[in-house]
Formats: sequence, C-alpha cells, structure tokens
Amino acid sequence: MEFPANLYYSKDHEWVEVEGNRARIGITDYAQESLGDIVFVELPQVGDELAAGDSFGVVESVKSASDVYAPIGGKVIAVNEALLDSPQDINADPYGKGWMIELEMSDPAEVEDLMDAGAYQQLVKEEKGE
Amino acid sequence: MAELKKTPLYEEHIAAGARMVEFGGWLMPLQYTGIIEEHRQVRNCTGLFDVSHMGEIVIKGPDAFKLVQKLITNDAARARGDRVIYSPMCYPDGGVVDDLLVYPQGEGEYLLVVNAGNIEKDVAWLRDNAAGLAVEVRDISPATAQLALQGPRALEILQPLAEAGLSSLGYYHWTRGRVLGVDCLISRTGYTGEDGFEIYFASAEAPALWRHLLAAGKEMGLVAAGLGARDTLRLEAALPLYGHELGPDISPLEAGLDRFVCLDKGEFNGRVALAAQKEAGVKRRLVGLAMVDRGIPRPGYPVLAGGREIGYITSGSYAPTLGKNIALALVAAGTIGAGAEVEVSIRERLQRAVVVNLPFYRRPRK
Repeated sequence: MEFPANLYYSKDHEWVEVEGNRARIGITDYAQESLGDIVFVELPQVGDELAAGDSFGVVESVKSASDVYAPIGGKVIAVNEALLDSPQDINADPYGKGWMIELEMSDPAEVEDLMDAGAYQQLVKEEKGE
Repeated sequence: MAELKKTPLYEEHIAAGARMVEFGGWLMPLQYTGIIEEHRQVRNCTGLFDVSHMGEIVIKGPDAFKLVQKLITNDAARARGDRVIYSPMCYPDGGVVDDLLVYPQGEGEYLLVVNAGNIEKDVAWLRDNAAGLAVEVRDISPATAQLALQGPRALEILQPLAEAGLSSLGYYHWTRGRVLGVDCLISRTGYTGEDGFEIYFASAEAPALWRHLLAAGKEMGLVAAGLGARDTLRLEAALPLYGHELGPDISPLEAGLDRFVCLDKGEFNGRVALAAQKEAGVKRRLVGLAMVDRGIPRPGYPVLAGGREIGYITSGSYAPTLGKNIALALVAAGTIGAGAEVEVSIRERLQRAVVVNLPFYRRPRK
C-alpha cells in the first residue's frame, strides 16, 4: 500500500496535493482498497464553492456508496471527467489518474490541519487493527 | 448482538486473504480478489462458493409428505425420486417465511435447504406446523457443509472427481456419490444463472474437499468466489433474495413466483390469502429496471412514474456481465410495463430508468 510523502492526508482517507494555491484531491490507496471495485463516481461542477468537511461527491463500489469530503475549502476549478466513464481508474491509480477534483484554496493554511504520510500511515494501521 | 457464526471453511477464507463480512448472522467471504473479477470468472469459466451457511433441515416420518405439502406453496408431489423443487414457504396471510429447496429422500423423508438467516425461525415454524403429525424435524445445518460449483465448466471440472454420472443429471435433479472420496449429495442447482452443482457433505470434510476441488480445477480456471459475486450473479439472473424480493410483507405472487404457487394442490399455509390475491389481482409487482441516466439504484430508493411514487428498489447494483446499472423494484401493479420510462430517486435526484423484461441475463444455451 502506498503513502506518497509529498501529499497531505485527511482522516476520511482523502489525499491533497498542493501546488501554489491549487490543491488536487482524491481518495487514498487504502480507501480504494477498502471499497473494492469502484463502478460509479459523482463529481461536483466547476465553480462550486466547498468548505472544509463538505461532501463533494460520491464513490460507489459494487456493494456500497460512500461520500467523499473536501479536506480543505475552496472553489472547484477542475474535475476529472475521465472518471465518469472509467471509475476503475481510482482502483488502478488512486494518486495519479484517479484524482477527483482541483480546488483554488480559500485558505492555504488549512492544509496544516491535515496529516503527513507518516501520521496517516499510522492511522491506517490503527483502523486495520494492526 | 450474538457472536457471528463461522462456516467450517472460515480458516481457509482467512488464509486466502478474503475480505469477510456479516451476512445473516454469519461471517462470510465477500470477495477474494474482487467482486467483478469473480463474477466474470463464474460467467466465463467456473467459481467455487462456500455456502455452508445455508440451513439443512430433515423432515422424517409417516407424515413427512403431509407436513411439506402444508408448508410450501409449490406442489410437494413434484418432489419425487431424484427431482428437486424450489418453493416459497408462506404464513397464512400469504407473506413469506422463507424460500427453500426440497430434496425428496425416499419414502417419508425430505431434506429442506433454507436461508442462513432464517434457520432458527424456520425450525420453530416447522415444529409448530408439525404438532399432531407423525413426523420429526431435525436441523442438521451444523453438521452439513455446502459448496456451490457454478459456471459453464462446472461439469467438466466435477465429473472426473466424482463417482456419479453427472452429465446425465438433469437441471433440478440430485444424486448421491463420492467427490474426491467424500460422500456427497450432489444436485444440479444453483443461484447464479449458470449451469452448476450444489454439493452437500459432512462439515468435517469441508477444508480438505474445498482445497482439493480448487486445486483440481485450477488448470481449467476454477477460482474461489465470494458472496459479493454471488449477489451480482443472482441479480442478473433475477433470482429473488429473501429479505429483499421476499419477506413477511411480500407475497410470492407479488414477487412474480406464480409458477411456484400451486393453488389447486389442496390446502396449504397461505392458500386462501394467495387465492384471494390471485382473484383480485396483486397490488404490487416485481419489475426489472435498467438505468438510463447515471447512478446505481440501491435497495430502498423510491421509484416514480409521471412524478408519482409507485414503489421502491428491492435490489440494485452495477451488473458486471451487462455493463449496466440494474435493479429489481416492487411497484404498484398495472402502473408500468416493459419499455416504460420511470425515475429512481438517487440521493434526492431523479434519474431515468427503463422497465425491462426479466431475467436481465440468460445464459447462452448449448
């Protein structure tokens, strides 16, 4: 299971990649593996305003539907429309082709409330009961 | 909550890295490698399922036929010799206690195979109904393991391992024979829409038989398949699942199981209520839906036609073989027919779906 060191992580198992005031967001390797085969994705519209903690979409596996939450606030400036037709990209490449949205951050300091790779890896260990 | 029950194959599933889930009070393998992959393997090749959670109940005694005939809606006289029958089992009001398979076991004896989550309820119901009859009701579930070998290559895989003539065993027939040296009851039945067999034998033999079957079939592409694939396979084949398409508040006629309800066979539990439903016409009917818009219909989602709520989804999923999102829905009878457009309310948004004929999937005939 991968935990790239350059990303920030939320307790809801989303990752954030920061570049300037832009943030790219997706779900983690652990999240995709827990969900199983992903067969449906619902994404927001470009221009939507999100606050940290808002649900911005839905990821559905064969068995269940899960909300996805914005780890930080901002305005949606891009969504990965390729996922609508190939949601399985999230399983295959959660940190790459499986990205979900890009935000223009409203408060870049919010990322400081997120976890680094080490802390997130520890959280996953605890959730798995290891 | 009571501790979850485990099948004799629990350790095998853990060792295989299966993801385990609760189902009907049992801890069962949801998937080994992935639901979609296992689903496709069953459709294209063959899969092996641990279904030892299913319940097995023996009815024995001079009044065995009388009891079975009273309990089930199908005609117990059809369960003769090596002929297996499927039937709902109803309450007097026409609601469903359970749905089951009936295996005749010679004069005065039947084996009933019931749903895992209903075993205790069924045994109590059977004993209540047996009062005053010369018959014994015995739950042999804990001592009995069940495997389902399902898929187009099932016969090819099982025949060389079995001391029984399986190619001549017709659909919904059973026989006895050894499989890899283990005494088994083998029937040509299943819950996937594919050809295949269900095999019953002593629990103690389960780990060895499971391992040997998987090893023997490996070359031909046999894989272990979990409950996740079992559910998507049965949904594509439009086979009802108790608690979804059947239940105390859903009659077998509403579920479209008319051919398993023999109103003219004589008295049985639910006959009066079901005859009245048939006479007046059912108020609700199970229909198949295929989504037109994006979205996966899930159990409980409302179904609308012309802006009016007409029913709800009982089961729904992405269908791996069809590449579509499909559902079974219980809707007001007479409101819609095949080809009609309806809407499913998915997270408060109305998404279009079309009514389709059932089953969604039918296996290609050889």
